[in-house]
Amino acid sequence: MAQADQQNPSDEQEVMKGTSAVAKGVMAADPDVVSAYPITPQTGVVEKLSELVADGDLDSEFIKVDSEFNAASTCIGASAAGARAFSATSSQGLKLMSEPLFTAAGMRLPIVMAVANRSLSAPLSIWADHTDAFAERDGGMLQFHAEDVQEAIDHVLLGFRVAEQVNLPALSNFDGFILTHVQEPANIPDEEEVSEFLPPRDPEYTLDPSDPKTMGAYARPEHWTESRYEIQRAMMDAREVWADAVEEFRDVFGRDYTEYGGMLDTYYADDADHIVVAMGSIAGTIRNVVDAYREDGEKVGMVRPRVFRPFPAPELRDALADAESVAVLTKEMSPGYESAFAGEIKGALYHAESQPPIKSYVLGMAGRDVKPEDIAEIVEDAKTATPQMGFKESESWPQLRPELLEGGDDL
Amino acid sequence: MSSDLQDQDYTDQLEHEDELWNPGHRACAGCGPALAMKYITEAAGENTIVANATGCMEVISTPYPESSWGTSYIHNIFENAASVAAGVEAAYQAFDRRDPDHLDVQDEDDVNIIAIGGDGATADIGFRALSGMMERGHDVLYIMYDNEAYMNTGVQRSSQTPFGAETTTSPAGKESIGNDTNKKDMASIAADHGVPYVATASISNPHDFKQKVEKALEIDGPKFLHVYAPCPVGWGFDSAKTVELAEMAVKTGLFPVFEMEDGEITSVNKIRDREPIDEWLEPQGRFKHLFKDEEKGEAAIEELQEWIDKRAEDLGLDA
Repeated sequence: MAQADQQNPSDEQEVMKGTSAVAKGVMAADPDVVSAYPITPQTGVVEKLSELVADGDLDSEFIKVDSEFNAASTCIGASAAGARAFSATSSQGLKLMSEPLFTAAGMRLPIVMAVANRSLSAPLSIWADHTDAFAERDGGMLQFHAEDVQEAIDHVLLGFRVAEQVNLPALSNFDGFILTHVQEPANIPDEEEVSEFLPPRDPEYTLDPSDPKTMGAYARPEHWTESRYEIQRAMMDAREVWADAVEEFRDVFGRDYTEYGGMLDTYYADDADHIVVAMGSIAGTIRNVVDAYREDGEKVGMVRPRVFRPFPAPELRDALADAESVAVLTKEMSPGYESAFAGEIKGALYHAESQPPIKSYVLGMAGRDVKPEDIAEIVEDAKTATPQMGFKESESWPQLRPELLEGGDDL
Repeated sequence: MSSDLQDQDYTDQLEHEDELWNPGHRACAGCGPALAMKYITEAAGENTIVANATGCMEVISTPYPESSWGTSYIHNIFENAASVAAGVEAAYQAFDRRDPDHLDVQDEDDVNIIAIGGDGATADIGFRALSGMMERGHDVLYIMYDNEAYMNTGVQRSSQTPFGAETTTSPAGKESIGNDTNKKDMASIAADHGVPYVATASISNPHDFKQKVEKALEIDGPKFLHVYAPCPVGWGFDSAKTVELAEMAVKTGLFPVFEMEDGEITSVNKIRDREPIDEWLEPQGRFKHLFKDEEKGEAAIEELQEWIDKRAEDLGLDA
């Protein structure tokens, strides 16, 4: 059991809004260039960073861009020039960045971004779910999901450390409103501590005119595949780099994210018969449900992937091996198939010796509140899951309001 | 090609060690934009970073693992060369202030940061990036090479395609005279952003173009150059006549050559006895339909001529 709340007793905690806390964490990483555009619920990050620059607390070039598209594009130029570059966005903004972000991966530029997760239009909604992050799944960006504000800060610092070692961009996800607008105590690392953990960026190639290089060349079929394979290899390398980084992070900051090499965070999962798998802030509610079951003597546990890319497949195989049922709680889905998250977990278990029955639950979409009793009902429902159940039975939308549907719930 | 020519050894003539735009690129014979790249690099020199948009000059210059660029060079995507250059510039501002030893160059003011895009990449799809870069005041020279259509994808109409020109997306037909709009005035748009130095130039006058590149690079802040660069393939003319066609566009007034400083026109390349536009239209395949249907063709040519005359008057183009 490794949790984010194992504070070094000497560390002071501050209470501030999630977006401000993340911005102050970014300040400690001392980026050369920050380029970001406002969008709810991320806006607080860009506002706070602007303020820190205006007050002279953060010595970064702050580019007041015209759009998220050009936030990503300017970060690409800055990163190629050798700068440490940061951006932040959400939802539609992440979609607008999608085209340049894929190239940031292909060009191996370690831009780090905080993504305040929010649903994608239409209908327009400003509230949290994971549709935006999942839509960027195949771009070659590292992705992490924070459970609380402290992790949202720490994942940005870990993100820079790992991204700059494996030369891939990173998306540090934290749930819109639930984490961006919450005020909770967190330790904000100072620049001195961070500089020990995160030395200045030292890229192998830059746009230095004294050593001219061509970056972003055009590749024909005889070369392109290898560039994609190199991204895959860097993703695989990132597993070990991340594992080392969380260990050193623990030594420097006293917060322990080292369970399963930093890939998974689990809660009473070791002996659990019934396991709930989820990412992000919903884990806090799941912990309460697990506690209640444990008080009643029932072996329920939680497994929370902290890292989504690279996907923690071997760790999930191990963590879910002995479960009688697995309930995947997810705030996204891929229309025409199923939750992408559930699909990936099932894929991870294809090679496993033991394959527990898995049922996925699409919930908490666009900010719909998920209560402990909702999760307890899911745990009970998942107990009925069997390996033989049909595809239709393997996914549930427990929060659907049939009265709003034309013809009711007839899936 | 005769066997005599094939047997000759041209090796001596192919040595271009001091050039920053190296031969061996894949541009077509008579490519106007390729000449523009040569002049840009000659004027800017080696202490330069080029951010290039996707387009002809990108694909013909950098098929991996080869590159024609002797300067630092980055290509990212079609519509963001201005932003990539702005990001490079911001990085150099940060290095200069925070960590001067980061670079071998003495200070960031020594580095020329140049964004290059074709007319489609600049005036159309990259317009937002260009506007943002200029409005924020980055120390970047943006050069739009104008070959008047999307040539890399096979001659589709852009907002720089002249009135009456046939492209694959503005075909002439029973109900169409070809492209039905005039060229978007990018120089004025740039000047209206408060850009301190804006100029137009043609590859037919390398001396003038290179001087403008040099002058622009001396000025702090955003700069915008619009360089005219004919495309023999897309326009349908003899590839030996690229420079001639570029010069005729200037002499007819279709492409006026001028400078704007702090929003005011400060110099105009005056034309004595402007040539009528049909002289320039006739040798080009993309206008041939205008000379087939006399009535429709004449009306279209007249309309184009009127637009040219109006601009000439506004600019004080006539000597």
